[in-house]
This record gives sequence, C-alpha cells and structure tokens, in this order.
Amino acid sequence: MSKIKMPKGNVSIDMTPMVDMAFLLVTFFILTTQFRPDEPVQVSTPSSTSVSTPPDHGKVIITIASDGRLFFDLDNQNFRRSLIQKMGEDFNITFSPDEITAFATGSSTGVPMGGMKNYLSMSAEDRKKIEQPGIPVDTSQNLSNELGVWLVNARLAGNNPIILIKGDSKSNYPAVKNVFKTLADRKVSKFGLITADEAAPVEAKK
Amino acid sequence: MAELEGGSDGHKGKKRGGVRAKKMSTRIDMTPMVDLGFLLVTFFILTTTMSKPKAMQVVMPDKDVKDSTQMSKIRESEAMTILLGSNDRIFYYYGQTQPTVEVTYFNKIRKIIIDKNEEVLALQKANGWKSNEVYNGVYIGIKPTDESKYENMVNMLDEMKITGIRSYAILDPSAEELEMLPK
Repeated sequence: MSKIKMPKGNVSIDMTPMVDMAFLLVTFFILTTQFRPDEPVQVSTPSSTSVSTPPDHGKVIITIASDGRLFFDLDNQNFRRSLIQKMGEDFNITFSPDEITAFATGSSTGVPMGGMKNYLSMSAEDRKKIEQPGIPVDTSQNLSNELGVWLVNARLAGNNPIILIKGDSKSNYPAVKNVFKTLADRKVSKFGLITADEAAPVEAKK
Repeated sequence: MAELEGGSDGHKGKKRGGVRAKKMSTRIDMTPMVDLGFLLVTFFILTTTMSKPKAMQVVMPDKDVKDSTQMSKIRESEAMTILLGSNDRIFYYYGQTQPTVEVTYFNKIRKIIIDKNEEVLALQKANGWKSNEVYNGVYIGIKPTDESKYENMVNMLDEMKITGIRSYAILDPSAEELEMLPK
C-alpha cells in the first residue's frame, strides 16, 4: 500500500481572518458599550417576569437603598442643568456655574437641599467619598417634602420623563410607601419598578 | 501605478555596488496584535451591560376620587385581600365580614390565587354578574404591612401578572387588619 505523502505544510497559520474578526468584535463592543454610571449606593433589585424595557432617555430614577435612603436621578445633562437651577429657585439657593456643571455631569444624588451647595462645591473625588444621607421625605407635609419638590421640578425640567423606582429587594416597605405616597401626592399614578430578569414560569400550575 | 517592489525592468542588469539589503519577509508576526485584540474583546464583553434593566409598570389608585359613583363596586364574594407580613409571610382572606385570616408563603400563593379566580369566575358566570364590562375574575387588594420588604411587594405584583389577574391594587392595611394578623 502506497502511503500518501502529506506535504509538509507551513506550521504558521494565516491569522488575518481571525484578526479581522477580533477587531470587528472590538469595534462592535466599543461602540455599543455604555459604562455604568457611578452610583452612590449598590442596589440589588428584585427580579420579576416583566419584559418591558424602559426608554433610554427621559427618565427619573428614584433609588431606594436597603437602609431606606433615597436618591434622585434624572438622566439628561441639559435636563439636570435646568433641574438644579429650578431646585435652587425653590429653596432660595443660588448655584455658581461650576456647581451647576458639577450637578449636571453627576448622577444619582441623595443630598438634602440644605447641604447641596456644600456638596456641589466639593471636588469630584470628595463627592464620591462622602456618605450621602439621602433625600429627606416627609409625607405629612406636602410642601416641604423634598422628594416631592425634586419630582415636580424634574417633570418641568425633563421632557415629561417617565418615573422609575429602583428599590433594593431588602429595603423595608415603609421607605417604599413614603415614595409611593409622594408620587400620589404629586398626581403620579403611573410609574415603573426596575427589576432584574427572571424566567417566566412555563405553565402556571393548577 | 506606484511600484513597491524594487528591481523592476528598468533597473535590470544594472548591478549596484555596495551592500545589498537582504530581502525581508513581508509577513509580520501578528500574534501580539491578536493577543491585544482578544484582550480588548474580553474587556468589552465583561464591562458591557447587555442586559438592560426591566421595568414593571405599576398603576396606583388615584388618591382623591371625587365621584363615588365612579368607584367600582365589588361583591364580597369576588374580593380577596392579601396582606404581606414579616419574614416573607403572606396573610390572606376572602370577602370582608368575619374573615378568617390564613397564612401562606410565596411558593403556595399562586395556586391559591388561581383557585380563587376560577371560583369567582364560575360564580360570576352562574349568576350572570358583570360588575365591570371589561373584567371578570377576582378582585385583589395587596396590602403590604410595615414589616414587609420591597421584594415581597414586587413578587406579589409579579404573581398578579403570572396569574393574569388584572384587577388589583396596592393599598394600606387598616388598623383592624393589622390587629387580625398573628404576631
């Protein structure tokens, strides 16, 4: 039996297609990636079978930390700019242009308006370091309920943003109730709860 | 056309003196580049947030209903109240007068809701009730107590969605209801 002599091929492979693909992937991921914004608290949301995704832009996110602290976020920089100005008008605080920019480029904030000027005048690193006390919410008083004022101004500043609540699964219900009450006081009856994915049960068993 | 390779026809035969540059291979070792490429791919795969958060739509009852005739009237046999207690416990009762509160957990509540819904549907069919033009089935009031967790409420709302109950509301428990709960 004659053996077929395999030609001794070159051991080095042409890597060009692989490189092409690799860089295509790199480009894809560079373009699609969105870095997670800095968040003052880590929140683990409960899961649900809901499938609707909130829109990318025009949303207010009220974060409820596991210890009950509240954080407020509006997503667009221009909206945030006018939001902090409107908040300043309501609380008789004038913010310097630098402070307004600091707020506009920031993310979720949980600082009472009393300490807001002080907070915004800090350096970006200090701002990250300090423990934010959370936005005060007092549902017994409609007018001085700070979360309510934030909400009203965010609706004015943002282009009719949708309102989302991002609660930690372990946060106690009273904190959530206060947020719900504030929303009801401000005539917001439709909102969303941010949840993580969960597989829907195959068949609801009888 | 630009000529890249030296030694084209014009130069043939014209032997230059001096050191002839050694013809290098045009192949480059691409391994480091590939390494870097895949490192970047890995980095972006890991940092990218592909799964966008999902949102659960909630509609709360309006706080001040001006016209009481607009309020939907529910028969007692169509109503069910679910109270969310501490330690993931669920208390539930049917109707309103002289209720017996029973305790259950999240792994059992789905069957209870479905059974009650079927019962109510059968009742509505047998008696020809149509309290609401668009909806038939059980009316559920979800009342999270102060001891419950946010997660409990979200899970309960999710149960509503899974079981297909469309008429439910998040309400505050009354003092009597809190009294009824076992400690």
